[in-house]
Amino acid sequence: MNALEVSGVGFAYGARQALNDLAFALAPGRFAALLGPNGAGKSTLIALLTRLFELQQGDIQIFGHSLAREPRQALRQLGVVFQQSTLDLDLSVQQNLAYHAALHGMPRRQAQARIDEELLRQDLAERRHDKVRTLNGGHRRRVEIARALLHQPRLLLLDEASAGLDPASRQALGRHVRNLCREQGLSVLWTTHLLDEIEPADELLILHRGERVASGKAVEFGDLATSFARLTGDEALGRGHVREAIRPNLDTQARRSGFSREHPAEEQQP
Amino acid sequence: MSAYWECLRGIVLREWLRFVLQRSRFLSALVRPLLWLLVFAAGFRAALGIAIIEPYDTYITYDTYIVPGLACMILLFNGMQGSLAMVYDREMGSMRVLLTSPLPRAFLLAAKLLATALISLLQVYAFLAIAWVYGVQPPAWGLLAALPALLLVALLLSALGLLLSNGIRQLENFAGVMNFVIFPMFFLSSALYPLWKMRESSEWLYWLCAANPFTHAVELVRNALYLRLHVEALLICAGLTVLLTLLAVASFNPQHAALRKAG
Repeated sequence: MNALEVSGVGFAYGARQALNDLAFALAPGRFAALLGPNGAGKSTLIALLTRLFELQQGDIQIFGHSLAREPRQALRQLGVVFQQSTLDLDLSVQQNLAYHAALHGMPRRQAQARIDEELLRQDLAERRHDKVRTLNGGHRRRVEIARALLHQPRLLLLDEASAGLDPASRQALGRHVRNLCREQGLSVLWTTHLLDEIEPADELLILHRGERVASGKAVEFGDLATSFARLTGDEALGRGHVREAIRPNLDTQARRSGFSREHPAEEQQP
Repeated sequence: MSAYWECLRGIVLREWLRFVLQRSRFLSALVRPLLWLLVFAAGFRAALGIAIIEPYDTYITYDTYIVPGLACMILLFNGMQGSLAMVYDREMGSMRVLLTSPLPRAFLLAAKLLATALISLLQVYAFLAIAWVYGVQPPAWGLLAALPALLLVALLLSALGLLLSNGIRQLENFAGVMNFVIFPMFFLSSALYPLWKMRESSEWLYWLCAANPFTHAVELVRNALYLRLHVEALLICAGLTVLLTLLAVASFNPQHAALRKAG
């Protein structure tokens, strides 16, 4: 069973198509990066994954539970760190976490035990009574990760989680999440538009104009910057040609990686 | 079931903490009705006495008359501010946290409405306490009897606020709610003048006021404060609360706002 399975997902804002027949699957326990320039459709995909938007086309399954048909079971498996901080700045770290635990219906004693555990793991135990407003950007992100993990989800979704952080904090955050993935078998989907956040061992999915243009192990892309520019720089390099030229090669990579293609036969059509 | 209880408790607790932290919000919610009571009503007191009408047993001064309407005014402003907060939350993303809860969305929204309503009640009772000291003293049991009436009215107005917020494209449009909802609802009601006074000046104004749900909310609270049950007002308020809550929950969809923006 896949941690995340996106099948034939399409979404349009009126006449503008934001996602077009998007399909991919993420195997359990993998760290996967969803890379795409601004406007690629990442935010729309996140909105669909978190049920902020309703599916117009296709299906999304989280550990076998369809978001459309079994939203409660699916959401139980999902922890989310949003691009824009959603912490209440005037409340303390403890209060923010307790609120989240309550939203998940956790009994108070169990919630407190989980809060203690996560704060310890995030090295934030001593800041628990501090107001979030007094924390720096890196610490706020760690609070958000602690919050996202409180209800012990199996899939963690991080939407441009490094936005607004300095380079050192960004690196530390990336390391931290990859450690969680390795140590706890957590499945992670990390969206970003920054190439330097990708590590060679990461699974990689490149999204452009609402479509998946490539997927595979990052290391297999060679010089990622060049590949990314070719895949997403249609205007400069000739609309669509480069993408089509590179696709068969990337398809092979995708099959070998944890990011499986949903409809390989269809996509191998010229 | 305990998951629902924990969730409700968490949402109410968060509203309470935000309320405690935002003292300015508390004060501004009190200043408005107090200005009406201490300045406006004091000026009219000499000029305007109210003849014996239900639920009062005797002639009353104008400031006694106006207190239930001002209590409902607090609920009206809070309900609309709650809708403003919903639009703000939607834009700032904190609504997303609420919606990632695995509990049903309808329950989450209803819990949010109840939390807003409960916090509003604290402000109303703070106002009633000041009015008591000022000299407007309904029966002590009336203060207790008014509690369910005030809660119902708070829920009604919060549901109206949520319904309106579903139609607001962005934060800037909220000024329209002030001009087209709050002020007409308040002024075209029995909050400031009894309906028979309205009728003396204009028949159509009277009918507008009589049809205004806020009039029924004010009369429900006024009667409860004086230990009377206004059955018609209760039925109208309860029916509207259920209807508006259902409509607000059914029409709640953050996607609509995004699609409207994109359009």
